[in-house]
Amino acid sequence: MTSAIATLRPFAVNLEPEVAAANEPATRSPAAGPVATLDARAAEVVAAKAVAIAERARLRRGRARAIVLALLPPLLGFALFISAWGLFSQTTGSLPSPAKTWTSAVDLFSHPFYQKGPNDQGIGWNILSSLRRGGIGFGFAALVGLPLGFVFGRFAFANAMASPIISLLRPVSPLAWLPIGLMAFKAANPAAIWVIFISSIWPMIINTAVGVQRVPQDYLNVARVLNLSEWKIMTRILFPAVLPYTLTGVRLSLGVAWLVIVAAEMLTGGVGIGFWVWDEWNNLNVEHIIVAIFVVGIVGLLLEQLLLLLARRFNYD
Amino acid sequence: MEKRPVDKFLRIEAVAMTFQTRNGSFAALRDIDLTVKKGEFVTLIGHSGCGKSTLLNLVAGLLKPTEGLLICAEREIAGPGPERAVVFQNHSLLPWLSCFDNVHLAVERVFGATEKKADLKRRTQAALALVGLMHAEHKMPHEISGGMKQRVGIARALSMQPRVLLLDEPFGALDALTRAHLQDELLKIVAATGSTVVMVTHDVDEAVLLSDRIVMLTNGPAATIGEVLTVELPRPRDRIELEEDARYHHHRAAVLEFLYRRQMRQAA
Repeated sequence: MTSAIATLRPFAVNLEPEVAAANEPATRSPAAGPVATLDARAAEVVAAKAVAIAERARLRRGRARAIVLALLPPLLGFALFISAWGLFSQTTGSLPSPAKTWTSAVDLFSHPFYQKGPNDQGIGWNILSSLRRGGIGFGFAALVGLPLGFVFGRFAFANAMASPIISLLRPVSPLAWLPIGLMAFKAANPAAIWVIFISSIWPMIINTAVGVQRVPQDYLNVARVLNLSEWKIMTRILFPAVLPYTLTGVRLSLGVAWLVIVAAEMLTGGVGIGFWVWDEWNNLNVEHIIVAIFVVGIVGLLLEQLLLLLARRFNYD
Repeated sequence: MEKRPVDKFLRIEAVAMTFQTRNGSFAALRDIDLTVKKGEFVTLIGHSGCGKSTLLNLVAGLLKPTEGLLICAEREIAGPGPERAVVFQNHSLLPWLSCFDNVHLAVERVFGATEKKADLKRRTQAALALVGLMHAEHKMPHEISGGMKQRVGIARALSMQPRVLLLDEPFGALDALTRAHLQDELLKIVAATGSTVVMVTHDVDEAVLLSDRIVMLTNGPAATIGEVLTVELPRPRDRIELEEDARYHHHRAAVLEFLYRRQMRQAA
C-alpha cells in the first residue's frame, strides 16, 4: 500500500500547475481591467470568487487524487498480468498472445447470438444456457436447502441427526456425483443440474442453520414476553434475524454452482460455456478457451457483486 | 388483619431457584417471600451476581422456580405474557422494525383481536407520545440514541397495559444525565398510569428516588432477601428538593450501609 502511495506522488505534483492555471484568470482580472476606478467592493467580490475557485479546485484535486489512488493499483496489476502473458506467449509460442485473444473476443462478441445447428452457436447462447442450468440447479438447492437449514437450526435433535451426514458429504468432489445423476435421470442435462444442486446445497443449509442458532436470546425473550404466535415469531423475528446469514450462504452457493458448471458441462456436453470450452479444445482454438475463462470469471464476479449488493440492503447495523 | 387482594397483587412465596450447570447445580436464590401491592413501585437491589435479575425473570415467567410459587392477580405465573411486560437492560428492539413497528408489534398482539386497525395505530402513537418520541416513530433503532432506544422499550412495555411493569436495569447502559432524565420521566409516567412496577437496579440513588419499597438482596450464591426498606418520601418527588430532605439521605445511608457494610463484596 505504501509503495502504491509513493508511486503516486509524481502524479500529485503534476496536478499542481493545472490548478494554478485555473486560478490565474480570476486573480489577474482586477489588474487586467482597464477601468481605473478600482472599486474596493469589486475587488472584494473578485477576491471572494478567486477563493471559491481555489477551494473548488482543491476539492477537485482531492477527488482526482482519490480516484487515481483507487484505480492505479488494479490497472497496474492488469498491465503487469497482460505483459507477463504476452512475454510467455512470445517465448513459448503455444499460448496465443493477448492481442490475438482480444481480436478473437471482439469477433466472438460481435455475433453473440448466431445459431448454426446444436454444436455451433454464438457465445451468448452458451452463456445463457449455462446460466439457466446453473440457475435451475441452484434454485432447487435453495428450495430444499433453506427450509432444511431452518429445521436443523431450530431443532437440536434434527441437527444432531444431520450434521454427521453433512460433514461426510460436503467435502465430496462435485463431479463424483455425476454418475449417480446419470444413473438416476438417464440423461446428461438433468445430471448436470443434479451435480450443481448437490454441490451448492451445503453452504445454504449450514449458514441458515447457524443463523437460526445465533438468533439473539433477547429477541426470543421479547417474543416470549409478547406471547407472539409461531407465525409472527417466524416472520417478524426468525426470518429477518437469519436473513443476513442465509444471504451469505446463498452467495457461497451461487459461487460453487458457477464453479462447478464448467466442469459438469465438459462431461455432459450440449450447449453451455463448459461444453464450448471442450469443443474449442477439440478444434485447437486456444484463443476461444482463454476468452471463455475470462467470460466465466466476469460472470462469476457479477453474480457475486449482485448478491453483495442484496446483502447490504438487509444489513441492519 | 386480613389483607385485601390489592395488597398482595403479586405474591412470591418460598421461592428458590437452582440452576443445573456443567459443574453441578448452582443455588441462585432461596427462601424468597415478597408481596407487592397494586400500584406499588418496588426495587430489587444488590451486588451483581446476587440473583436480582433471576428474581425478575421468575416474575416475568421467563424462568420457572425450582421451589415455591409466584402468583399475580390471583393466578399462578405459568410463563411469560404481555400482562407482565419487561423492559430489558439492552432495550432489545428488533433492528429491522421502525420504532412505530416495534411498539405496534406489542399492541397488535394484545389488542389486535378486539380492536380496529385505527385504534391499534392510535394506541401505538399514544405510547410513543408518552415517552416523548412521536417525532421518531419512523426512525429505525440504529438511527436513534441509546436513551431513545430505551424509551421505545418502555413505550413498548407500557403500550400493552401490563398489570405489572418489570424493569431489568433499564438505565444501566446510559450516561448519567440521560439516566437522570429518564428516571424523572419514569416517575411522571408511573404517577400518570398508576402502574405496578418491579425494577432491578444497582444504583442506590435511583432506588431511593423511584421506589415505595427497596428490597435488598444478600450476596449469592443462594441469595435471599436481607432487608426491606420502606421509602417514606412524599410524591411527586423532585430530585433537587430531595437533596435537602433529611429522610432521603437517611434512606440512602440505610441502603449503602446494607450493601457496603453488611454485604461487603469479596474483592473480585
